[in-house]
Order: sequence, then C-alpha cells, then structure tokens
Amino acid sequence: MKEILSYQSVEVCFNGKAVIHDNSFALHEGEILGIVGESGSGKSTLLKAAMGLIGNGGMVTKGDIWFEGKDIPDLPEGELRQIRGEKIGMIFQDAGASLCPIRTIGEQIYESMCAHRKISKAEAKEKALELFEKLNFKDGERIWDSYSFELSGGMNQRVGIVLAMLMQPQILLADEPTSALDVAVQRQVVQEMLQLREIFGTAIILVTHDIGVVSAMADTVLVLKDGHIVEYGEAAKILNNPEKEYTQKLLAAVPKLRRA
Amino acid sequence: MKKYVVKRLLQLIPILLVITFLSFGMMRLAGSDAVMQKMENTGMVVSEEVMDKARAELGLDKPFLTQYFVWLGNLLKGDMGTSYISGKEVFPTFISKLPATLLLTVVSILLTIIISVPLGVLAAVKQNRFTDYLIRVCSFIGNSMPNFFVALLLMYFFAIRMKVFPVIATEVSIKSVALPSFTLAIAMSAKYLRQVRAAVLDELSKDYVIGAKARGVRFSVTLWKSVLRACLVTILTLLTLSIGSLLGGTAIVESIFLWDGVGKLAVDAINMRDYPMIQAYVMWMAIIYVCVNLITDLSYRVLDPRIRLGGEKA
Repeated sequence: MKEILSYQSVEVCFNGKAVIHDNSFALHEGEILGIVGESGSGKSTLLKAAMGLIGNGGMVTKGDIWFEGKDIPDLPEGELRQIRGEKIGMIFQDAGASLCPIRTIGEQIYESMCAHRKISKAEAKEKALELFEKLNFKDGERIWDSYSFELSGGMNQRVGIVLAMLMQPQILLADEPTSALDVAVQRQVVQEMLQLREIFGTAIILVTHDIGVVSAMADTVLVLKDGHIVEYGEAAKILNNPEKEYTQKLLAAVPKLRRA
Repeated sequence: MKKYVVKRLLQLIPILLVITFLSFGMMRLAGSDAVMQKMENTGMVVSEEVMDKARAELGLDKPFLTQYFVWLGNLLKGDMGTSYISGKEVFPTFISKLPATLLLTVVSILLTIIISVPLGVLAAVKQNRFTDYLIRVCSFIGNSMPNFFVALLLMYFFAIRMKVFPVIATEVSIKSVALPSFTLAIAMSAKYLRQVRAAVLDELSKDYVIGAKARGVRFSVTLWKSVLRACLVTILTLLTLSIGSLLGGTAIVESIFLWDGVGKLAVDAINMRDYPMIQAYVMWMAIIYVCVNLITDLSYRVLDPRIRLGGEKA
C-alpha cells in the first residue's frame, strides 16, 4: 500500500531539550497505526508535529514529516492551515473542551467548513446531518443547535469525530480519543472510528495508553518510551509476541480484573 | 425573566430606605449644620437666637427621627424639598445638572472602549513582543498619572498651545466635553487595557483555540467570533462599574474643567450641609447602581449561554 504520511528521523525539542529522538515510521492508505507508551513518552507530541500544532516552545528540530510531497515542519502557516481539517483531521482527548463553549456546535461546524470551501449554512448543515446519520447519530438536528456543555462526554467525543471528518480527510489523528470515556461509550467510539475506515478509507494514527483499544483497532503498533521507538511492526506480532522487555512489561501492566 | 426584573426592581425599595437613612444619620454626625455653614460663609457674626430661629424654619430643631420621617413623607408625596442654600427646589436643580454628567459619561466610556479594547487585544495577540511591551509601558504611564495632572497637560497642549478645545466648558457640547472625557478615558483605558489583555490571554490558552486551529479555522476568525465574545463578559463587568461611578459625577475633573455636573453639585452640597440636596444625590447613586447591575446581569444572559441555559434549568 502507498505511504501517505512518513516520519523520517524526526526529533522534537521543547526549549532546547529533545523529547522525541530520531523517530522514523510511516502511515499507509487505510492503515490504523496505534502508538502506545506511558504518559510523557511523547506520543501526543509526535501526533501534533504532523499538524504543526506543537505549540509554545516546541519545534521539530531534525528530520522530515512528508505528506503529499511536502515537508510539514517547513510549511508556512497559510499552507498548514489548508492541510489542517481538510486533509488531516484531529480528534482530541476532550472533544468538549476543543469546542468554544459559548457558540453552538452547528455554528462551529459551519465555521470549520467555511475555512476550506465556499458553502452556505444550509448546505453545511445538510452535509453535517448526513454525516451524523452515517455514524448512527439519531438527533443530529438537536446536536446542531446544542452547546458542548449541554452534551455528555461520550456525545461530545462523537461530535468531535464528526467535526474531524467533515472534510473527509485522508488521515485522522486521534489523541487519546477514548481515555476520558466509560467503557460502554469507549466501545461505541472505537466502532465508529473503524466504521470511518470502512466508509471513507481513512487512515488513522491512534495515540493511547489503552492496550485494549489498540488491539481492537490497530493494524500496526509503535511502542514509544521517553521519545525513543522501542518496537514498531504488525499489531498481532507485537501484542502477542513482543520482543523487547519494555513492551512485555507494558503489556503485562494491563490490569486484569478477576472476581475473588 | 420578567419576574426576575420586577424582583430586582422591588429590591430597590429597602435599599433606598436604608441608604437614605444612613446618609441622613451620617450628615448629622458630621458636627456642623447648614445654618452654621451658611453663617460662616457670609462672615456675619450672629447670635444663638437668630441661628435657632433659622434652624426652626428649616425644621432642624426637631429630633433626628422626626426630621427623617418628615423628609420621607414629603418624598412619597413627590416633594424632594428645597435646597437650604439656594432656596431652589431640589428636584429640578438636580435634573438640570444631569445632561452634563450623562454626556461626559457616555463620551468617556466610548473613548475608553475605543482605546482599551483594540490595544488590549493587540497586546495579548503579540504577547511578549515589542508591540506588547510598548502598549504595556503606555498603560503603566497612564496608570501612574493622577487625573488632575492629565487634565492640566491636556489643557496646556490642546487648549492653550493648539487652541483646539476650550479651557473651560462654558456650555454642554461635544467640543467642550472632549478634554474632560479624554482625561477620564486615559486613566480608565490604561487600567482596562491590562484587564482586556489578561482576559484575552486567558481565553487564548484554552483548548478550543487549538481545536479550531486543528480544523483549519483562521486565527482571526477564532479571535473575533470566539475569543472576543468570551471576553465580552469581563469587559462588560469592568465598564459597568465605571459607568456607575461616572454617572455619580467626577468631582475632580468636573471642578478642573468647571463642568457643571452632579459630581460638583454633590461636593458643594456636602460642604454646605445641604441635606435635601445630599439626599437626592444619594438616591440617584443607589438607583444607578441597582439599574446598572441589573442591566449587566441581564446582558450576561445574552452573552453567555452557560448562564442563560443554567438559569432556565434551575
């Protein structure tokens, strides 16, 4: 399969201190790549680097992130803006917080679509409701007029998925999309993301510390520790027969609850 | 909603009762009274008998509580009394000073908004860069200069040197309101632009700004539609506090520019122990603060859906 996003020897520094060291990997069409590791291992930073969203004090200091023949860290803000949302979508851990609390969800959906193409409010609404329906949302109309604080965490997360998929990007970056949800809703969100790949052929990079979610979704797995890649390869192989000691420990740390 | 407004307006009644009673009492504690002040000012030496007679005419010889209830009874009949000093009726005198104060308030608040909001936003967006430092230095200077000093500087440059504006306001007009309102606006803007800057910075650090960026929304769109709207509540709170105190008159600026507003009237009334006039002023202030706060609370509901919807559910 074709490579669509390729990290080559990427190093990211915050205030002169490297937090990602020499990371190389690639995402292929329709692939789901799971990045796992402890908190602070640099998973989210790696993800944000692909969108030029690293933020204050941080930057890609070495290496390239290739997307459609362009090196993302070198792109000016204007070009990055065209990629964000349109070609690469992002889901946040707390989708509710990624929405402005004093504006309706509909307003923000419309605004996000306007950022990429000329579209009337009615058209935007029609498109969004269509997408809501595809993802089995029953009351899209109500959600359109709601504020994020009126919805539950799970509902917000699903709205986050719809927002990220509005422009049907080829790539979806999901930063701990299920970590703040209870188990039943987690399952639903996982299923929805799998559905995205089926319907739109979206490739997904999934950052999580939840091994269960990774084993349910990922084709390939990358294990990250302190900014270094420990292991990278097929999901089944890594999850069932990890080579490195760190991966073995990480997998063993998954809590197994049993009745006494 | 209607119920809420009526309830708030009804609260005005006990507030007015308590406030007028307190101000009535405190003026009596001040020591001298209107008769003594009047005599002192005219420089005449008069006997105790004459003074007692004058007091009896004004009703000042009666016990304190009787005086208060007589005043209150007259008020309920729509009579605010006559000034002890000028002998004119209080209500029309007070009303005649209002246009000047209202004009000064409106113009200086508008100037403050025009100066402080754009500069505050600019300083926040350019945080820790040259523009930000420059704006903050200007704000620091504006904050450090007392009102009367700014007034004198403005007078010197714009009235005496350039002769653009009159030194003393002889009439209530846009031209003569310029200098006093600028004086007030400079001090308020210096203070508020820092608050606006802090409010905008606070909003800019929120996750939804990154969220909008990740969806490809232009920064300017996020700034105008989300960040500034969210900051409006803070800005509005600041402004209404100022509107309240400006409507009460600004004694120093009004005196320097001989601006004939209620602030000067109040200070004169206090100096002369002109009780009926003071009472009118105190009531005016109470009504202003209650109304301004009410309007602010109502506008919060319009600006912030969290307050509006939270209130409806409760």
